[in-house]
Amino acid sequence: MFSVTAYAVVSAILFGIGVFGAVARRHAVAVLISIELMLAAAALNFVSFSRLHPAQQAVSGQVFAIFIIAVAAAETLVALALVFSLHRSLKTAHLERFNLLKW
Amino acid sequence: MVTEAPASALGYLWLVPAAPFAAFLVIGLLTRKWRLLSAAISILAMGLSFMFALGAFFSQLRLGILPRIAQFSWFDTGTLHAPAGLLLDPLSAVMLVVVTTVGLLVQIYSLGYMAGEKGLSRYYAYMSLFCASMLGLVLSGNFLQLFVFWELVGLCSYLLIGFWYDRDAPAFAAKKAFVTTRLGDLGFLVGVVMLVTQAGSFDFAEVARKMSVEAWDPKWTGFAALLLFCGAIGKSAQIPLHVWLPDAMEGPTPVSALIHAATMVAAGVFMVARLFVFFSASPDTLAMVAQVGAVTAFFAATIALVQDDLKRVLAYSTISQLGYMMLALGVGSVTAGMFHLWTHAFFKALLFLCAGAVIHAVRTNDMREMGGLGKSMPWTAATFAIGALALAGIFPLSGFFSKEMIITAAGAKSGFLATLALATAACTGFYAGRAFFLTFLGSSRSKAAPHETPWVMRWPLVILAGLSVCAGWWSGGFGAFVFFGAPEESSLHFLSSFFAMLPALAGLGFAWMVYVNGSPSPDRLARTFAPIYTLLKRRYFVDEGYNWLIDRVVMGFSRALAWFDRNVVDGAVNGVAWLARSGGAVLRILQTGQVQHYAMAVFGGVVLLILLARLAGAG
Repeated sequence: MFSVTAYAVVSAILFGIGVFGAVARRHAVAVLISIELMLAAAALNFVSFSRLHPAQQAVSGQVFAIFIIAVAAAETLVALALVFSLHRSLKTAHLERFNLLKW
Repeated sequence: MVTEAPASALGYLWLVPAAPFAAFLVIGLLTRKWRLLSAAISILAMGLSFMFALGAFFSQLRLGILPRIAQFSWFDTGTLHAPAGLLLDPLSAVMLVVVTTVGLLVQIYSLGYMAGEKGLSRYYAYMSLFCASMLGLVLSGNFLQLFVFWELVGLCSYLLIGFWYDRDAPAFAAKKAFVTTRLGDLGFLVGVVMLVTQAGSFDFAEVARKMSVEAWDPKWTGFAALLLFCGAIGKSAQIPLHVWLPDAMEGPTPVSALIHAATMVAAGVFMVARLFVFFSASPDTLAMVAQVGAVTAFFAATIALVQDDLKRVLAYSTISQLGYMMLALGVGSVTAGMFHLWTHAFFKALLFLCAGAVIHAVRTNDMREMGGLGKSMPWTAATFAIGALALAGIFPLSGFFSKEMIITAAGAKSGFLATLALATAACTGFYAGRAFFLTFLGSSRSKAAPHETPWVMRWPLVILAGLSVCAGWWSGGFGAFVFFGAPEESSLHFLSSFFAMLPALAGLGFAWMVYVNGSPSPDRLARTFAPIYTLLKRRYFVDEGYNWLIDRVVMGFSRALAWFDRNVVDGAVNGVAWLARSGGAVLRILQTGQVQHYAMAVFGGVVLLILLARLAGAG
C-alpha cells in the first residue's frame, strides 16, 4: 500500500493538468476534458482521505466520489450540448470565438 | 353685535346663488350643443335668482338692520371648525339687488350682443357661474367662504376676459388680470389667516367679538386689515394694481359691464365694508384706504381724459369711481361708499352696454372713428347721455347724490382729500362729456353704416337708464339702512351740494367748448400741454414701469438663477453622470468576453485568497 501522500501528490498533479488545460486549451471539448480531470482529482482526494478516517469502515468519502462522478456526467452532458449548439451556429468549437456577450 | 334672527327666517334665500349655479351645471354638462337653450336656461335661472333676491331685500328692509344667519358645519379638523352658510343683512341685501339686477339685464342684452357667437353656451355657463359666485360672495358669513368665492369670481373674470381665447390680446389680458389680482390676493390671504388663527374661528361676528373682548392691539388689527385691503386693491383695481382693468376690456362688452364695472370690481369695496369693523380698529389703516382711494380716483380720471378707446375711457372711469368708494370707506362712511357702489353699478353698467351697442354698430372701439351716431342711434344716445350725466354727478341723477355724499364725508375729515375728490369730479365731467360728444355728436367718421340696436339690447338700456335716474333718490333711506355705527342722515344741503356740482358742470362745459365748438381745438390743447398730454396718453408710464421692472429686475434675477441652475446644479448632476460613464469606460476593458480569462481570474483569485489566509494564519 502507498501512503496517502502519494495519492495526494497524484491528485495535485491531476488537478494542475486540469487547470492548465481549462485555461490554456482553445478547443471547447479539450477544456471539458480538463474540467473532468479536475473533478477526478477531487474524487481521488475524497477516496484517499477517507482511509485516514478514524472509523475505518466509514464510506462517506467513497459515496462522495460516486456523487462527483454522477454530477460530472450530467454536467458534461449539458456542456457538450452547449458546445454542439454553439458549433452549429458559429461553425467552430474554439473558445476564443465564444464572446457573444462582450460589450 | 346685534342678536341674530332665527335661521328659518331666511327661507329660500339659498336659491339666490343656487339657481345660477344649477344653470352653470346644466349648461356645462347637458345643453352645450343647443346654444339658445343654454341662454334661456341661464336667463331663467337669473330671473329666479332676481325674484328671490328682491324678496330677501324687501324682507330685510322691513326688518331693518338685524342680520340673519343660517349656517351649518361644513367640516371640522381638530380645533378648526369651518362653517358654511348665508348671512343676510342690509349690506348683502343691497348687493344682492345690484348683482341680480345688472346680471339679469346683462344676460338679456347678451342675447343680442353675442348672437351668432359659436361659444354662446360656454359664455352663458361662465356668466351663470360668475353670478353664482358673486352672490355666494355677497352672502358669505365667514372668512373661508368669502375667500373661496373671492377666488371663484376671479376665475370667472379670467375665463370671460379670455372668452375669445384664440386671439392673442384677450388671452394676454386674461392672464394679466389673473396674475395682477393674485398679487393682491396674497396679502388678502395672509390677512385672513392672521385674523382667523388669532380668533380660532372663521365666523365674521365671532372674530369681531373676540377682537373686542380680548382687546387686540389696534396696531396689529390695523396691519391685518391693511393686508385684507391688498386684496381689495387688486380686485377693485386701485393704484398700484390698477393696470389689469383697462386691458380686461378685451373681453366681450357685456362682460365688462357686469364684471368689470358693476359687480366683481366692487367686491373689493364690498369686502372692506363687510369687514369694516377691523378697518375701523386702526385710524392709520383707514387713512391709508382713503389716500389710496383718493389718489386712484384722481389719477385714473386724468388718464380717462385723453384715451381714444371708448371702453378704455369707461375702464379708467370705473377705476376712478372705485377710488371714490374707497375714499368714502376710508373717511369712515360705509353709507357713502356703498351708496356710490349702488348708483355706480347702474349707470356704469348702462354706459358699458351703450358702448357695446355702439361698438356693435360701428365695429370699432376707437372714438376717432365714431361721431354723429346720435342720428342713427337715438335710443342709445339718449341712454348714454343719461349715464354720462349720472357719472358726472348732475342733479337729479343718481351719481349726484352718491358723489355729493362722498365729498361731504371726505370734507368732514380732510380738506386735501375733498379737494382731490372735487378735482376728480371736474375731470369726470370732462371725460363723460367728451365720450358723449365724440361718439354721438358732430359729423360721422365711421366707415360702417350704423344702425339702432335690436329690441333685446335696447330694453336693458332703457331699464338701466331708469335706474340710473332714480337710484339716487333713495339716499335718505339708504343712510338709515346701510351704515356702520350710527345711521347716517342724508346731508343734502342745497347750497353746498350745488357747489359740489360746479366742478362737474365746468368740466362738462369745457368738453362742450373743445369737442363741439372746437375752440380751443383738441389738437391745440394737446400741443400746448404736450408734456402733460403725453404723460396722460401713456398712462403715467405705469405699464412701461412694470415692464421695465419685470424685464430688468425680475428677469435679471431670474437670469442669474438660471445661470446658477444650468452651470452649478446641472453641472453637479452631469458631473456625477460623467464620472460613472468614464469609470465604466475604463473598467469595461477588463471584460474580454473570453471564458478562459475569467477562469484565470477565478483561479488566480482563489490562489491569492489561500495565500492570504496562510499569511494571516502564520501571522
